[in-house]
Amino acid sequence: MSILIIAEHSDSTARPSTLNAITAATKLGSDISVLVIGKDVSAVADSLSKCAGVAKVVVADKAEFEHQLPENTASFIASFAKSFTHIIAPATAFGKNLLPRVAALLDSQMISDVIEIISADTFKRPVYAGNAIATFQSSDALKLLTIRTTAFDPASTTGGSAAIENADVSSVTAFGKSKFVSAELTKSARPELTAAKVVVSGGRAVGSKENFAIIEKLADKLGAAVGASRAAVDAGYAPNDYQVGQTGKIVAPSLYIAVGISGAIQHLAGMKDSKVIVAINKDPDAPIFQVADYGLVADLFEVLPQLTEKL
Amino acid sequence: MKILVPVKRVVDYNVKIRIKADQSGVELTNVKMSMNPFDEIAIEEAVRLKEKNIATEVIVVTIGPAIAQDVLRTAMAIGADRGILVTTPLATDLGGLEPLAVAKLLQKLVAKEQPDLVIMGKQSIDDDSNQTGQMLAALLDWPQAAFASKVEKVGDALHVTREIDGGLETVEVATPAIVTTDLRLNTPRYASLPNIMKAKQKPLETIDSATLGVDTTPRLKMTALTDPPKRSGGIKVASVDELIAKLKTEAKVI
Repeated sequence: MSILIIAEHSDSTARPSTLNAITAATKLGSDISVLVIGKDVSAVADSLSKCAGVAKVVVADKAEFEHQLPENTASFIASFAKSFTHIIAPATAFGKNLLPRVAALLDSQMISDVIEIISADTFKRPVYAGNAIATFQSSDALKLLTIRTTAFDPASTTGGSAAIENADVSSVTAFGKSKFVSAELTKSARPELTAAKVVVSGGRAVGSKENFAIIEKLADKLGAAVGASRAAVDAGYAPNDYQVGQTGKIVAPSLYIAVGISGAIQHLAGMKDSKVIVAINKDPDAPIFQVADYGLVADLFEVLPQLTEKL
Repeated sequence: MKILVPVKRVVDYNVKIRIKADQSGVELTNVKMSMNPFDEIAIEEAVRLKEKNIATEVIVVTIGPAIAQDVLRTAMAIGADRGILVTTPLATDLGGLEPLAVAKLLQKLVAKEQPDLVIMGKQSIDDDSNQTGQMLAALLDWPQAAFASKVEKVGDALHVTREIDGGLETVEVATPAIVTTDLRLNTPRYASLPNIMKAKQKPLETIDSATLGVDTTPRLKMTALTDPPKRSGGIKVASVDELIAKLKTEAKVI
């Protein structure tokens, strides 16, 4: 077993999703290499070399890899990865964009969104919006997996002392038919939604973009990330990247507080693995109460300020 | 610009699925089937590009059993010009035709039709893989713009805004290119009755997948399909004070 992890990073730091991928890799074996691909990424390589469980960090640093466009990185990864048995990336927007392109170049039928590693060739993944769990056995020699980050604890960022090597990138050329134009990242002092210990989410009942401040106030009191249901995002109350659900972010915090969210299957698929779920909703028959550990049937505009004040 | 839009027939998103007793798959008999919602967005986007005179022809293709032609008629009622049905005996949801095989079949159709743009859903809501578009881009050596929330023609290229974790990213891709759609790219229109009638007259070609020279043998074996772990509901609390007390002393999460 030799496992290659494709690190997700922001040029300067590794994203927490990379730590989840390392833990997934440890379920397969101990020969774990992490590939850091990008431009000016030595700080990322340094930090990952200290992570428990990592045997080797390989750095592919080249100007052509800036912004990590999959057209530029996938062919390099495909040529580099041939000697491995498994390639793992997190099932985030980054991994979902990149890994299928690598898999097709390697003629391997990758497995998306793995939640459990049964053996070297057998994996569980949710299908039908999480309404069924399928077990798949792969016959491909080289297996590519994206892993659902919430299904694997983050690896420790200390205790490791992996060797750092530079990959030969001399023959890398730019694909040329795609280029990065711009990025608009939501600026927030709050923790990242998928990594937060506490998440407070608002739904359609919040009623407006202005009213969403009531959700944010509670979140800030708890040091929590802010999420939203698809209905709230579609109505323009919250930005797109707040969306929790099958087609948005999958979260599994210690505490998930659903405010004014009815609990559509789509939303439940994104948060039902949370440790403790609190639901606050005016409608006593809202489906969210069927999964909530603690339900409060009340008008959110009355109880949320109280909750924020008393915590 | 010629646009090819692959679409898939899936269990309607409002249906609560049932797993077969022998765990071999999801019960599809007498279950309402519809076009995959992300693919409807793809068709809508292609038709809008045609209405802006950017696209000249919109071709819709599906791979599945003969009855899958109903999603082609739906796509043609929205505004696609013609349809191609690629028939396969394999299941298209789970344990049958896999994303890599679909991408290879589509590669053959792209070679035949020579589109300048392929727009497709980012994932189907049955197997939820989110792979086919990116795989097709790799096989064709084309640029890819996955999870699009906005598509604009700028000169000879496309500027595509993509939904990423933490916000949005805009990339420029030269055509021919692959775009996969995210939820907020557009809101698909309802087909009008006259357009539904007109769609019945539009050309529909049928191709047997076996004639396309692609090995579609599954690489994965589905060995089990089970219900997800059930989460049982908890208790109702009467007040904010009780809620805070429970979270502090019972759940110990704050």
